[in-house]
Formats: sequence, structure tokens, C-alpha cells
Amino acid sequence: MERSRLNAVTQRGVSATILLSALVVAAVVAVALTALLVNIFERKQEGKVTTTRLVEVTRDTTDPARWGVNWPKQYDAYKLTAQPTRTRFGGHGGSEALPQEKIDKDPWLKRMFLGYAFSIDYRDRRGHAYMLQDQENTQRQTKPQTGSCLHCHASVMPLYRKLGDGDAIKGFEMTYKISYQDLNRQLHEMGHGHTVTCADCHDPKTMQLIVTRPAFLQGIERLAGSAAPTPFAPSIERWRAAGRKAPYDPNAEASRNEMRTFVCAQCHIEYYCSSAMKLTAPWGKGLSVDQIEVFWNETRMPDGGRFLDYKHAETGAPILKAQHPEFELWSQGVHARSGVACADCHMPYARDGATKVSDHWVRSPLLNISRACQGCHKLPEDEIKARVDLIQTRNFELMQRGGVAITALMDAIVAARKGGASEQQLAAAQELQRKAQWRLDFIAAENSMGFHAPQEAARVLGEALDYARQGELAALRRGPAPAARVAHTNAAPALLPTAAAGKP
Amino acid sequence: MVTAEGQGRGLAGGTALLLALAVLVGAAAGIGGYTFVYAEGLSYMSSDPKVCANCHIMQAQYDSWQKASHHHVAVCNDCHLPRGLVGKYVAKAVNGWNHSTAYTLQNFAEPIAIKPFNSGIVQDNCLACHRQLVEDAVMARGPAQEASCVHCHQSAGHGERAGLGGPRT
Repeated sequence: MERSRLNAVTQRGVSATILLSALVVAAVVAVALTALLVNIFERKQEGKVTTTRLVEVTRDTTDPARWGVNWPKQYDAYKLTAQPTRTRFGGHGGSEALPQEKIDKDPWLKRMFLGYAFSIDYRDRRGHAYMLQDQENTQRQTKPQTGSCLHCHASVMPLYRKLGDGDAIKGFEMTYKISYQDLNRQLHEMGHGHTVTCADCHDPKTMQLIVTRPAFLQGIERLAGSAAPTPFAPSIERWRAAGRKAPYDPNAEASRNEMRTFVCAQCHIEYYCSSAMKLTAPWGKGLSVDQIEVFWNETRMPDGGRFLDYKHAETGAPILKAQHPEFELWSQGVHARSGVACADCHMPYARDGATKVSDHWVRSPLLNISRACQGCHKLPEDEIKARVDLIQTRNFELMQRGGVAITALMDAIVAARKGGASEQQLAAAQELQRKAQWRLDFIAAENSMGFHAPQEAARVLGEALDYARQGELAALRRGPAPAARVAHTNAAPALLPTAAAGKP
Repeated sequence: MVTAEGQGRGLAGGTALLLALAVLVGAAAGIGGYTFVYAEGLSYMSSDPKVCANCHIMQAQYDSWQKASHHHVAVCNDCHLPRGLVGKYVAKAVNGWNHSTAYTLQNFAEPIAIKPFNSGIVQDNCLACHRQLVEDAVMARGPAQEASCVHCHQSAGHGERAGLGGPRT
């Protein structure tokens, strides 16, 4: 009796504790499993539904915020282009509101640009978010500026279509005659006073990449029509091989990978941008610095005169001003040859849960090495950074030597004129300034400090140095120095087609 | 009588607890079972390459495998799992645990890269087929110092990397 009672109590006591513990464990397991289930559900949903179209957008929807309702991840990243970013050679010094003057940092730039508005105000760049605002506020606007500038600084396509009665190309071709102020006022009145916007690169129905900018469309057609090999754009080679039937249309011919470059090449290029003729991408001979120079040399101004961007105020040289030939320099490099597009490094894919989003915070790959570089280059971040720095430092130092040389050339011409040299005697030196400055400016204005094609950049700078010193000699001798004749033999190496070219 | 009464009360309390436990265990098992099915748990027992891209992380690897020379002769498991039955399921369990925790917690480094444990498995599988061919060239120095096959033959499993003469689309 006593024993059985004890047993029962003991049994009850043990069972209760064990049972309670088991209960708690089972409850925790159930909670954890539910959490896991919900997590898996969320990931599955992410993978399934990548976009939800809540509002309608068309090619005339220029306000990126409206597109952002449908594509919040891309829009959030796009907005980050307002963030200040810095790398050793890129980004900007000075305050956030007013970046440092490039022409103060490198006085030889200011001297080179005398006679051109860039000698008044030429600052470090800010992000995409500021492209329109910074253009509206530059001191260059104290001089008359052409409406052509808006081609790349605003969401200008609806305005082009309005001006051309629906034909954007026609509208675009009218704008070089309209003043910047006037065209910009029309833009804002139409409600399109935005910076680069979604519709500039995306089809509003399918979100496929498209190119819209007229100067690019005309330029790339010109390039396709030329004989220059284009290993960086296989679709052009295919189009040529297929018999060049209809005019080359990148929106129809180019692969998605090429479009990931072309959308950027709508603006990050060299062009003529003033009021004498329409904005022109000089690609009719090819994309190298020499081929573009030949194109400009063969171009005539509408009045039949020789093509130049400005006459140098001190030396009288007929100068070619380089814009920002990122696309052109990239095309000469090994990344381009390898099929690496602008967006691969500047807008690399970022994983977000189960989805993959192209990073719309367009910025230097150096700020995003793991995604931009390490997908291909299996090296530690520090090593990648060090290699890039080495390339850029070498080009920077060569460029500074170029700055010294071009200054010496300008000094020599000014001194020779003071010493009584005639314009005829100085013509050779002026020509050499045009050649030297074109090359030096090509690399200085390009925004990669040589990285987009390191060896090509160094070659161009080497030529710039040579032409500058030849010009200095020509000024001292009051005529072409013997070496200057070598300068006119056009032995510039052209791009070779890739081994893959022509293969199906 | 007292005892009987006491026992009766004790059993009643115990029964309630037991019942609650049974319900909870059942719920946990049910949710667990459903989660397993919903997460396509059984698919991981198979050798279907699509399974490896279930969670999308391996999508690029899956895509590139389809363009690689070994596409016709080897699926993911042929290269990435040991050949023996035990080793195969040990590797599945280790990788399964690592991948699912990393993916659930979203705390892994990117770009993803193969680690030594799995590198060793790949190397063994290269040799499982090609040993006779490379015996003299690669393995003369002994198993500890043999050269890694994929160091040079990177494209065998996942195609040419862009830029090395591979497909430019």
C-alpha cells in the first residue's frame, strides 16, 4: 500500500516534468518550422513575382518616380546616384554642392581651353541625379550655349518628338539652332525637366533595353557603314556579313549584351556639340582617337570652312575639343574585346533574396569590387584595387607630362609670335598643337584615367607628348621640324577583328 | 481508496499533458512534413540538375553548365558528389545543411566560390573518369601534390568564361 503510493507519486512527478519539457520542445520546433516555412514561401514568391505593374508608364513618362512605383528596387538604387562617391581619380573634391574646378587642379587644362567656355568653368563630375541641375548652373551658361547640350542632360525625347511632329530625329535636328535657355524652358514647360530617365534606356512595355538618342543612332549607323573592324560589337560584324541590307539598327540587331553597352554609349562618347551643326558622333572611320581625328579632319563646317571646335585664344591653333570618349576608349581595350559591357562593371547584378537586380546606382566599379570584378577575377579585393591603381597612376603621370609639354608648346608659339614670326611660319606649330591637344584631351576628358584601355591610353598620351614637343620645335624653328614629317605618316595601329569574328 | 483517488487525479493531469504533447508533436510533424514537401525536400534526393537551382543562387552555374562541354556526359552530382554511397550522402548532408542555413539567414559572401572540401570532390571526380589519361602527366608527384584539373580546364564544367574566346553574344 505504502509502496504503491510512493511509486505512483514518483511516476506522476517524473512524467509531469518530462511531459512538460517535451511539450515546450515540441512547441519550439513547431514555431521554428513555421518560421522556416514562411521564409521558404517568401523566397519562392520573390523568385516568382519579380515585378508588379501598379501604374501605367509610357515612353512619355519621364518622371522616374512614377516608374519607381513599379520597379522600386531599381528606382531606389537609381536615386543613390545623388550620393557623393569618391575614388582616387574619380568623384570630386570641393564641397558637395560645388565640386572642385578641374581647371584649378590642372592649370594646363585651363590654358588649353582658352577661347572656349570650358576655360570659364569645368568641374569634377557629380552623379547622374545632378546632370541637368549642374548643366543649368555652370558658369559656361554665361556664354551662348546651344540646345544640343540637352541631348544628354535631360529626358529630352518627348520634346524632340513634339518639335518633329512625332519624328524624334527630325526634332533633334532642329535643336542645335535653338538656344539652350529656350529649349530648356520648353522642356520644363512640358513637364520633362528630369535627368536621364527610365524611358531613355527601357521599353516601357517590356522593359527591354532600347537606345533612343538620335545622335547615337546616327553615329552607330555610320560606324556600321564603315570598314573599321568592330570586335566590341559582334552584331555589326554579323550585319555586315549578311550583306548590309537595311541600315544598321541597334534596337533590332544588337544582342542584349551589346545593348548593355549601347545604352551608356548614347551619351558617354565624343561628339560635336555646338550651334553650327547638329550634335554629331564622329564614328564614320572607326572609334580610335586617330580614326576620329581623320573623321573630323574630313568634316566641313556648314560654311565650307575647316572643322574645329574653337580657335585657341593665345596661339590661334584650330582646336578639336574632346568630350568624354568613354565608349570609344573602352572599345579599344581588352574588356571590350572580351565582351564585357559597361553595365557588367558599372551596374553589376546584385542578388536580392531570390531575385537578381541590375544595380542602378551607376558608379565606379572600384566602389563595388566584389560584384563588379570578382565575378570574373578570382583575386582578393586589395589586389584588384592595387592593379587598377597601378594602371591609373601610370596614365596619370604620363598625362601630367603631357600637360607640361602642351604648355611648353603654347609658350613657344606665343614667344615666337612676339619675336616677329609670321602666321605662315607658325602654321606647322599650330597644326601640331591641334594634334597634341586632341590626344591629351581625349585621355584627360575620358573618365577612367586610362583604365578602359590602359595600353591604348598610354599610346595616345605618348603621341600627344611627341606632337607637343615637335610643335615646340616647329615654333622655335619658325617652320616644320624634320621630325614633324614623321608625324604625318599615319601608322596608327587599328583594331584587328577577333579570332571569333566571322564564325557563326 | 486514497491511493486510487490519488492515482486517478494523477492520471487525469498526466493525460491532459500527454494530449497537449501529442497535439503539439503532431502539429510540428505536420508543419514539418508540409514544409518538407513545399520546399521540394524529396527532390534533393534526386540527381536532377534543375534541383541545384531550386533557390536561384546556382542559376548562373546551371546556365553555364548547359553551355559546357561536359553537359552531355555529366550532371551536377557527377562532379560535385563523391561516388561512394556513404560519401555521397555525407556530402549531400554537409552541403545541404551549409547551403540551406546560408540561404535562410542570407549571410554568405558573394560572389560564391567553391571551398576546399568540395574542390577535393571535384578533383576526385575528374580523375574517376580521366585517371588513366592523366596518370603520368598529373599524378606522378603523388596524390598530395597532384595538379588541380580545373585550374586549367575551368571551362569543362561551366563553359568558356566571357572574354577568353568564348561565346560573345
